[in-house]
Amino acid sequence: MPTIRIPTPLRQYAGDQSAVSVEGHTAGDALDRLAQSYPELRQHLFENGKLRSFVNIYLNEEDIRYLDGPETEVKEDDTLMIIPSIAGGCLLEDDPWNVKRVNGASITRR
Amino acid sequence: MTLQTLEKSVSAFNAHSLSRNSLEAQVGNTPLLRLEKIERDAGLAPGVALYGKAEWFNPSGSVKDRAALNIIRTAEWSGKLRPGMTLLDSTSGNMGIAYAMLGTVRGYHVKLALPGNASPERIDILRTYGAELVLTDPLEGSDGAIQEARRLAQENPNYFYANQYNNPANWLAHYHTTANEIWRQSEGKITHFVAGLGTSGTFMGTTRRLKELDPRIETVAMQPDSPFNGLEGLKHMPSAIPPGIYDPQLPDIIHAVRTEDAHEMARRLARLEGLFLGISAAAAVVACIDLARELNEGVVVTVLPDNGFKYLRERFWKE
Repeated sequence: MPTIRIPTPLRQYAGDQSAVSVEGHTAGDALDRLAQSYPELRQHLFENGKLRSFVNIYLNEEDIRYLDGPETEVKEDDTLMIIPSIAGGCLLEDDPWNVKRVNGASITRR
Repeated sequence: MTLQTLEKSVSAFNAHSLSRNSLEAQVGNTPLLRLEKIERDAGLAPGVALYGKAEWFNPSGSVKDRAALNIIRTAEWSGKLRPGMTLLDSTSGNMGIAYAMLGTVRGYHVKLALPGNASPERIDILRTYGAELVLTDPLEGSDGAIQEARRLAQENPNYFYANQYNNPANWLAHYHTTANEIWRQSEGKITHFVAGLGTSGTFMGTTRRLKELDPRIETVAMQPDSPFNGLEGLKHMPSAIPPGIYDPQLPDIIHAVRTEDAHEMARRLARLEGLFLGISAAAAVVACIDLARELNEGVVVTVLPDNGFKYLRERFWKE
């Protein structure tokens, strides 16, 4: 089952878990099942059935909007990350500025 | 706050007379703009006026120049920040840009912990000023950056940890400058003050001084409606690491704004008023209108922290 990593502010609505494993063959499917398991999450993630504009979903560090969006295929050992854009940010893995990272998590910038 | 801290901060502010031609001397004294078309659009009573402090006129482009300058000057005055030292703090963006600019001007190395999902524009601006960056886990948000800055501060005694969330020089900057400017520019007619809560420095300092000038002024603290939001630089206080400088008893009203409402207002401000503002500025205007709709008369003043250029990548502009 793919794993969805939950950002700190949403953990209170997801049983205080930092990661949840859900069934699903696409990113949209997996997120929908997450919201079914934790109904309080839905209003934070979706508006009128669509992902809210400041919510970014990363599949293994890649923004799904640059893949196939909600139709992006996810495999058994994939990891999805829910990241509020704050300011549209996604970071380049091979960053020309060579910035330091801590705690492991990183995302890819376009 | 003790009178002693206050006096120290005042003297720090005056200790170095600023040359009129210096970059630092351009901090503050920003215009106060009337938002007349927004007033009409919102259908406010004719006796109600909305004003916004245009903080993007500060030299690094945001309200944070005020706090950064006072933090640096106060630390220099007290001997905590000396030549050759590194200024360290956590930031989600604007404060870092202010430190990076002023650090360059005053000759300090600047090291910043910021969340990995800070916008690429911000990261590029910071690097261009020469700041050293430590990116923290984007899942942890700005609280993750705070924890990393604390850790770095403990490990390195040669760092000056500016600690914007707990440093009284942050709110004192607004006590001494922002509030008095608003009072002067509104000719003492302000009846309501609205500001977003991030470190809470702008709200705390401006409110404390305005209440001294006229205790009848009502003050509104604005925050995101949820811990999970897209309001850059603002904090949902009930779920965040509480800033040491925040006094929850001070606001007369606490008002929550939803991210999508701020986005809608940002587009309206650009198209109606010709003001291309940042998301937290748009959120402040939303709070002003929510408040002003209940008034028959009054002068509502808010702080517009920055303009919209750093947020251009956001999708909502095109919606």
